[in-house]
Amino acid sequence: MENKMKREGAVIFSEYQRGDAIKKAVSIGREDILFELKESKLRGRGGAGFPTSTKWMLTAAAKADKKYVICNADEGEPGTFKDRVLLLEYPELVFDGMVVGGYTIGAKEGIVYLRGEYEYMLKSLEDYLEEMRKDNLLGKNILGKQGFDFDIIIRLGSGAYVCGEETALIESLEGHRGEARNRPPFPVNTGLNGKPTTVNNVETFASVAHIVVKGGEWYRTQGTDKSTGSKLFSVSGDCKKPGVYELPWGTTVTELLNIVQAENTKAVQVGGASGVCIPKSQFDRKLGYEDLGTGGSIMIFNENRDMLHVLKNFMEFFVEESCGQCTPCRVGNTKLLEGVEMIERGEYTFGYINKLKELGETMKIASKCGLGQSSPNSFISILENFKEEIFNNGKGGKH
Amino acid sequence: MEKNSLSEEIEKLVDLYGKERSSLLPILQAVEKKHKYISDFAQQEIARVLDIHPVEVFGVITFYSFLTHQPKGRNVVRLCQTITCDILGKKSVADAIQRELGIKFGETTKDKKITLEYANCLGMCDQGPAMLVNDQVYSHLTPEKAVEILSKIE
Repeated sequence: MENKMKREGAVIFSEYQRGDAIKKAVSIGREDILFELKESKLRGRGGAGFPTSTKWMLTAAAKADKKYVICNADEGEPGTFKDRVLLLEYPELVFDGMVVGGYTIGAKEGIVYLRGEYEYMLKSLEDYLEEMRKDNLLGKNILGKQGFDFDIIIRLGSGAYVCGEETALIESLEGHRGEARNRPPFPVNTGLNGKPTTVNNVETFASVAHIVVKGGEWYRTQGTDKSTGSKLFSVSGDCKKPGVYELPWGTTVTELLNIVQAENTKAVQVGGASGVCIPKSQFDRKLGYEDLGTGGSIMIFNENRDMLHVLKNFMEFFVEESCGQCTPCRVGNTKLLEGVEMIERGEYTFGYINKLKELGETMKIASKCGLGQSSPNSFISILENFKEEIFNNGKGGKH
Repeated sequence: MEKNSLSEEIEKLVDLYGKERSSLLPILQAVEKKHKYISDFAQQEIARVLDIHPVEVFGVITFYSFLTHQPKGRNVVRLCQTITCDILGKKSVADAIQRELGIKFGETTKDKKITLEYANCLGMCDQGPAMLVNDQVYSHLTPEKAVEILSKIE
């Protein structure tokens, strides 16, 4: 693995010292933290984009003897590796954000749900938490504030993509199969062990740390009106400079491709396997909730790539990772993969492929959780945006 | 009745993680790590001490790809099969590993040293092809480099 590197950015990768956000939080109090978060218009950085201040306010308002803060570090979306960089290189942001979360909502326990594939970082993260305890940034009466008790433990996942879905993650933490729950009730009221729980992405906590220190108004100076602040993009595929980039929301795909030095780009998959694949004609689109929302995965494919092969890889992923609980997702993904294989063999009719696209639309509505609701995205967008390559290739449809 | 060492080991894990249902995954992970699988007997013992049905334990094991109920090799090698590793040369790395070990993906070497599997996205898309050897990650693999890493495994 490559060594740590110095990164620069306007928000996440800007100047920050461990404990800054916790010190500020203690001095300004809960109400002001919630106010600054609301001002910032921060939306969850896992991909779904739910307003963070609303989530925290609901958990703070819930009455219970116990509450939890969970950091969702089950980063499993193909093409996404920003959380790996944050956890390895900026643990102070993530953990400080969690402590601020605990203080704000009134939780004493924080849990990092770290994907099993990242077990190699467990020791360094635990050592870091120990340092925070020594500095009284974790533990009892944090920074001398009476009654401000909060500690963090790390729990490992065991190789299941669906556990990145927050209710499946909670099921996993409770010792069950990682199967999504029906909602409502929502975790803010009935989460881990039936208690109010706020579940946020690694990058969300990192953003909170900066917002608390520098204010919501400062945060809004970056990005667009509906997508404030900056975003970490994990860029991979056909480009000279893959890696994690901090860019303001509103950056166009073309601008991003220039930054990472991508040449002869044919397609960009935005949002990972569960996102959409756009062709060259749409590269002027903007990254942001008003246009191309994403958890951060950007995969670049150049002219030499076979888009049907790309699609097949994605559908194999979903067939393998569907938890199997609900029929639209379990059977639907299998059918979509079969469809791709039919096209590959040249044994298809357009009538049937269109039926499969309709099936994809049904899956989006009828699936129980985000996995089945988003897995048809790549199927529909690749077959639609690259139909000339896939169907009119001069080989009678065969590849 | 004299308890065997596995029972004692499981009871120690229960002491460490607690008797609640939420301790199930950490306990299973610890048993998997040490024995490379969770045997029928281990499943029954875990079920007994946590006071849940053995079928529940089996259900959890079969859900997670890093937990297994059938013996594996002493080392588990997982090559990332996601598209970014794929376009960076996963296939030639996979072919080289299979040739060198004389097994296919999903199989274990005769000497029980290595079990070879695919993994879905290891989060190393910027540095592919990547593989996990137990819990260590290796990136920027070439066929030669991958085989060399595997040759150093004990």
